[in-house]
Amino acid sequence: MKAEAKKLKTTAGGRQPDSWNPSLVVFACNWCSYAGADTAGVSRIQQQPHFRIIRVMCSGRIHPAFVLRAFERGADGVLVSGCHFGDCHYVFGNHRAVEQFEKTKRVVHLLGLEDGRLRLEWISAAEGARFAQVINEFTDEVRKLGPSPLAGGTAPGPGRGAATDA
Amino acid sequence: MLDLEGAVKATRAWACYDCGKCAGSCPVARSGGDLSPRRHVLSAVEGRKQTVLEDASVFSCLTCGMCDRRCPVEVDFTGLVRALRGLHRSEGSEPQCPHGGALQSVMRMMARGGTVQRRTGWLEGGMKAEPEKGGVFYWAGCTPYYDAFFSDLGPSVLNGCRAAVRIMNRAGEIPVVSPEERCCGHDLLWNGDADNFELLARHNVELVERSGAETVVTSCAECLRTWKLDYEPFFAGKPPRVLHISEYIAERLPRLELKKGRPLRVAFQDPCRLGRHLGIYEPPRQVLGAVPGVDVAEMDKNRANALCCAGGTWSNCDRVAKKIQVERLKEARAAGAVMLATGCPKCRIHLRCAMKDPNLGGEMEIEMVDLAELVAAALA
Repeated sequence: MKAEAKKLKTTAGGRQPDSWNPSLVVFACNWCSYAGADTAGVSRIQQQPHFRIIRVMCSGRIHPAFVLRAFERGADGVLVSGCHFGDCHYVFGNHRAVEQFEKTKRVVHLLGLEDGRLRLEWISAAEGARFAQVINEFTDEVRKLGPSPLAGGTAPGPGRGAATDA
Repeated sequence: MLDLEGAVKATRAWACYDCGKCAGSCPVARSGGDLSPRRHVLSAVEGRKQTVLEDASVFSCLTCGMCDRRCPVEVDFTGLVRALRGLHRSEGSEPQCPHGGALQSVMRMMARGGTVQRRTGWLEGGMKAEPEKGGVFYWAGCTPYYDAFFSDLGPSVLNGCRAAVRIMNRAGEIPVVSPEERCCGHDLLWNGDADNFELLARHNVELVERSGAETVVTSCAECLRTWKLDYEPFFAGKPPRVLHISEYIAERLPRLELKKGRPLRVAFQDPCRLGRHLGIYEPPRQVLGAVPGVDVAEMDKNRANALCCAGGTWSNCDRVAKKIQVERLKEARAAGAVMLATGCPKCRIHLRCAMKDPNLGGEMEIEMVDLAELVAAALA
């Protein structure tokens, strides 16, 4: 199944047939970064399309479990994004996000994944161009790192009907 | 994996005569949780698979083994709970794991492998350890990960590992501390995930066989249980001798020459895996008693009756767990102890977490250490 997905990705990418594109997961907060992505979209700013965006109400909600689950399920890179300090809709949510992110970073480092696969960025609703720039940078960086060593393989995953699978 | 009938046979659930001692001794039931070991045994014996699968309370069991010890006909309740969780998993349901399932994700990633972990960074200068070959294997378990996750819970659980390596060095041994070690799989197995457990077990058994070690020493009661009991089918040759750090120290007390000390009244928290699962009660007490200045205080409930930390296997954390933890910590204070020593990193994490309660904190705050830390501090 994974091989099929890879094949699809390379053909849909439309570049050189043997170029590999990473699968990225982007967590974005409802008030800033997600709106920033929207700004990038409505402004027709070109960006590499190899990410899936997951909206959360606040970056403070992005528990290590979310990021680790993404890596477990084969993400090649994970971007955590939220409002700039002082801009958080919930006042201090992004400070919580930093605490959570530091924990996540330590765990990802212990697991032996490259540090470049995980990134934290503050992107405001007005920063559409910056959103696209971050995405392009991150995509290129992960492309250089290559596929995640944890992607693919035949190991059994979590329970089939797990709520978190939805 | 066992089906319902197989589980009933393997765990002697068929012998249940409905006396109710299990439900009466269950710390979860007593603290207001919706769990009755008897109910699970009866639905299993009657073969009501649907009832079993609809009863999610099987995931609130601590598998602490209190009911196992009290059952007059020796039903293996914890074994039954494990089998029932396996059935739940095979039907597609997964428990609501605390910490968002982050720890389980880490364990499954280790089961998959493919990366070189950076897990031996805790070794400090002056500690002697080998990365590959040696006679004794020091099994650190998931402590480096716990340290990363629970850095806000006071002194690191890795201090216990550091103390253990120092003690082993003093006893004249250079242990193997391997970067290729993976989670022992205990928590996955107890939550019904036998597939990933098997991957981990095969890797770890091979790793230790390759190292040439004849002895495995660990500071974690859960790793100890897994190595002693659950890895048995995976050994190709002669299984290694598996020791808890307390047993290891107890055997070498005269050689360690413990000298330094200050007067301290210390209580010992019996981890459920160390005590009721494996019957190791005296070595930790013997070790603590040998540390100069340490006066071992016994809590009201000790040894086979000890309350567990209510968080083993990372499968449950709720108001019931909190109630059990508060009760346990108050007991330690009532015994006049100023320090609570334990032999499992999870006891330490969960009891430390309970102490963060802003209302009750003052009534139950107590310093917690791994017993090896007290011994290491006493090394002259």
